[in-house]
Amino acid sequence: MVPLGLPVLLATGCNSNQAITNPATRPARDINTLWWAMFAGAMVVFAVVVALLVIAFVRRGRPGEPSHDDRGPYKVIIGGGLAAPIVVLAILFGFVIHVMPATSSPPGPTKLTVDVIGHQWFWEVRYPGTPAVTADEIHIPSGTAVDVRATTVDVIHSFWVPRLNRKIDMIPGQANRIELDAPDPGVYRGQCSEFCGVGHAQMAFYVIVQPPARFRAWLRVQSRPAATPTTTAGLLGRRTFLTVGCEDCHAIRGTSAAGRVGPDLTHLGSRRTLAALTIPNTPRMLYDWISNPQAIKPGARMPGFASLPAAQRHALVAYLEGLR
Amino acid sequence: MAVGTAARERVERLDRIWQERPGFTGWLTTTDHKRIGILYLVTSLAFFAAGGVEALVMRTQLAQADERVVGPGTYDQLMTMHGVTMIFFFVIPLSIGFFGNYLVPLMIGARDMAFPRMNALSYWLYLGSGILLYSGLALGHAPDAGWFNYVPLASRKFSPGTGVDFYALGLILNSVSSTAAAANFLVTIGRLRAPGMSLNRMPLFCFAILATSFSLVFALPALTTDLVFLELSRKFGLHFFDVGRGGNPLLWQDLFWIFGHPEVYIIVLPAFGIATSIIPTFTRRRMAAFPLVALAELLVAFIGFGVWVHHMFATGLPEIAMIFFAAASLIIVIPSGIQIFAWCMTMVTGKPEYRTPLLFIVGFILFFVFGGLSGIMLAAIPFDQQVTDTYFVVAHFHYVIWGAAVFPLLGGLFYWFPKVTGRMYDERLGQTTFWLVFIGTNVTFFPMHISGMLGMPRRVWTYPGHLGWGPENFISTLGAFFLTGGLVLMAVNLVVSRFRGPLAGPNPFGGATLEWATSSPPPSYNFAVIPKVSSPYATWDEDDRETDPQRLERGDFVLEGGHLTPGTTPVDGHMDEILAMPEESPWPITLAFVATLGTAFILANHLIMAAAMAALAAAVLVAWHSGEPEAA
Repeated sequence: MVPLGLPVLLATGCNSNQAITNPATRPARDINTLWWAMFAGAMVVFAVVVALLVIAFVRRGRPGEPSHDDRGPYKVIIGGGLAAPIVVLAILFGFVIHVMPATSSPPGPTKLTVDVIGHQWFWEVRYPGTPAVTADEIHIPSGTAVDVRATTVDVIHSFWVPRLNRKIDMIPGQANRIELDAPDPGVYRGQCSEFCGVGHAQMAFYVIVQPPARFRAWLRVQSRPAATPTTTAGLLGRRTFLTVGCEDCHAIRGTSAAGRVGPDLTHLGSRRTLAALTIPNTPRMLYDWISNPQAIKPGARMPGFASLPAAQRHALVAYLEGLR
Repeated sequence: MAVGTAARERVERLDRIWQERPGFTGWLTTTDHKRIGILYLVTSLAFFAAGGVEALVMRTQLAQADERVVGPGTYDQLMTMHGVTMIFFFVIPLSIGFFGNYLVPLMIGARDMAFPRMNALSYWLYLGSGILLYSGLALGHAPDAGWFNYVPLASRKFSPGTGVDFYALGLILNSVSSTAAAANFLVTIGRLRAPGMSLNRMPLFCFAILATSFSLVFALPALTTDLVFLELSRKFGLHFFDVGRGGNPLLWQDLFWIFGHPEVYIIVLPAFGIATSIIPTFTRRRMAAFPLVALAELLVAFIGFGVWVHHMFATGLPEIAMIFFAAASLIIVIPSGIQIFAWCMTMVTGKPEYRTPLLFIVGFILFFVFGGLSGIMLAAIPFDQQVTDTYFVVAHFHYVIWGAAVFPLLGGLFYWFPKVTGRMYDERLGQTTFWLVFIGTNVTFFPMHISGMLGMPRRVWTYPGHLGWGPENFISTLGAFFLTGGLVLMAVNLVVSRFRGPLAGPNPFGGATLEWATSSPPPSYNFAVIPKVSSPYATWDEDDRETDPQRLERGDFVLEGGHLTPGTTPVDGHMDEILAMPEESPWPITLAFVATLGTAFILANHLIMAAAMAALAAAVLVAWHSGEPEAA
């Protein structure tokens, strides 16, 4: 039977980095347990119905006319359609109530609050109390309850890191909260899971869980203004950045660039990916991205700069990759 | 059974009275519920083909990671059009429009729907709304904000084109059509049942259509309100959903799902009705627990109004509210379970003969249980919050809407094919079709449970290769083409049989309900003599049926003095009055044309022309009502 193949097929992708069946925290584990329990129960119910259909098939050729006596069927219908569901659903309901507290929003402020703000189509990440602003990478310390405040500047997005917790929608006018409390350092993939327009499929992010000391070091670096370039290319790149229009949309703290439309680039060089995990952050990829973002992420809000002389584009790459 | 002279004369008189204009124009002015049903059938199947092609293009794009068959702009339009088409322009028009229209008057022994011209209007408005929506696609401005069209994405700011206007205005027009159809069914089922058909003798299919119609009448106003709010916001800058001006984007979601979840039962209830028609026929046994099943059908529709919030569990609502709606979503399992066990027990205690229609019903039961079980999981709040908006949900609702709702429609097309065409389909090809479609459905939709559990969100036009979603998606795509093959075979079978199939006779399967008591296809007046009814299985009541020819000879309830049908009391089905029915009319199609044109003018911002169309519509209504039938 097809459904019984499910565990086998699931197992093949179980350790993928966005799988619900690969939980890394208590709430994700509880939900995973709930899933397998419901799966087992569902298979039993399914088997009962299949058995009835098989009985009907096997008995089809018995002699005589079918009886219209409903007393026997009534017993099965009341038992299977009313009595059994009441018991099973009550148990399920209890299980749900039991799991809910672990997945709830944190009751009050926790040790660390992170603001995650949805944009078409990237994630702005802020650490209240520090000037640090980054994008598409949420660094948090391991073993710490982190209160994520999820909001949006435009349409509805949904914040979802399956291995860490359930999802929470980012809705204009309200600040939804969700707790991330990962015991183990690691890189966990998340992705927008509410349709938000043409860039929806390419709006992913990483939650990077680090040991607390390394996290604090990272946050210190991110809180600093951008480094001043030391090479000629870097200096040309900065001049280019501030004159060809980049600063209208992007901010680089420590320069006059203060745009809020696109991601903050103050420490772009320290990030793993570009364009919300669409491409790895390498000089070559950044050059392609600046030249023709539409080819990489159709619909992206960023205009292409292919008309800029190649030397200036290379200089931009040198400058931005130097912002570590 | 010798037909006497008197009987023959009466039949000829009825033929003359109920004859409609021949040829093509006859189809434009018809008020015959059977011809209107066939118009719905052909139109809804055309939309089905369009929605199917949209699905195949999407499946091709998703066959492997980083595919570039279409870009996100096109994909988003295909995805939106696929959902809107399949729900509003295929399933509901096929189930209510065709099956309901064609069968309800026949099953209750009536000669037409209660409001035949409004019935025609419903069809022409449906066609108009479909043409309006698809003209958006033809112009390259199809809606692209998904079938549930969340704001603010669907607001003028984030969807500045006309795509969303095609969606909103097309669906407003479509809602008018569906509301009129539902009201028509309520009155038809309430008042036009043959004398003697008290509620407890009414076929379960009619209970299902009754429940569906109640749901439509109460659910559609929420959708229409939502769509009007949206258009007022988009066209005139009102602030229903605008946070900065005191509005709220969740208002859209609440209203949409207050409609949207009853909608699921609106889609699936006619399928229940078809199952309760096909099972007794092929098991030679009356439905087990008839009163419970009738009650369960009505309860499903009722409880269906109390579960909408389970579509919004991830929006950050208070937990107490979510628990209430989760409980309601679980309770709806009970009436569904009662029906499932009633179908199964009828088959266990009957003697099933597995011909094509029954095979589709067996498939339906399996899919409904399977999709129902994954549905129960989605009522479990934390699990829902984990998998909502992933492919797990796509898998779930395709098992329910495709597997559970459409399978009985396919089975029903085979089952009533001889009644509608007078000819038999090819049984061997029919059974082959079942296996192809059954296997294709599982191969297409089962892997989506897994890609969902592996974290694949829905509504993505592409995905990276390293997350392990490739094999599941590739299998799904293969399944979709396999499934399409089965459907093409079905189309070939039915089209060829329509012309070459052997003659079927009035009741080739030994069906129990009244449509099998008349010829195939039925005459325009359905029954020469209004049938006597003493059980829900009227055609199996041989004593009653044997009296029909004698009653025709005597002129007992032939109603040959004009376009007449009996009106009865709503509960007991006692004879109440003879109702004079209108004849064919050019006004429904005219009114629908004017209304569609008016809506198109609103879309194009020609508000003066739209107002002119409204005035013209009023004039058409005056002309319409100047030709009322004389009361008998």
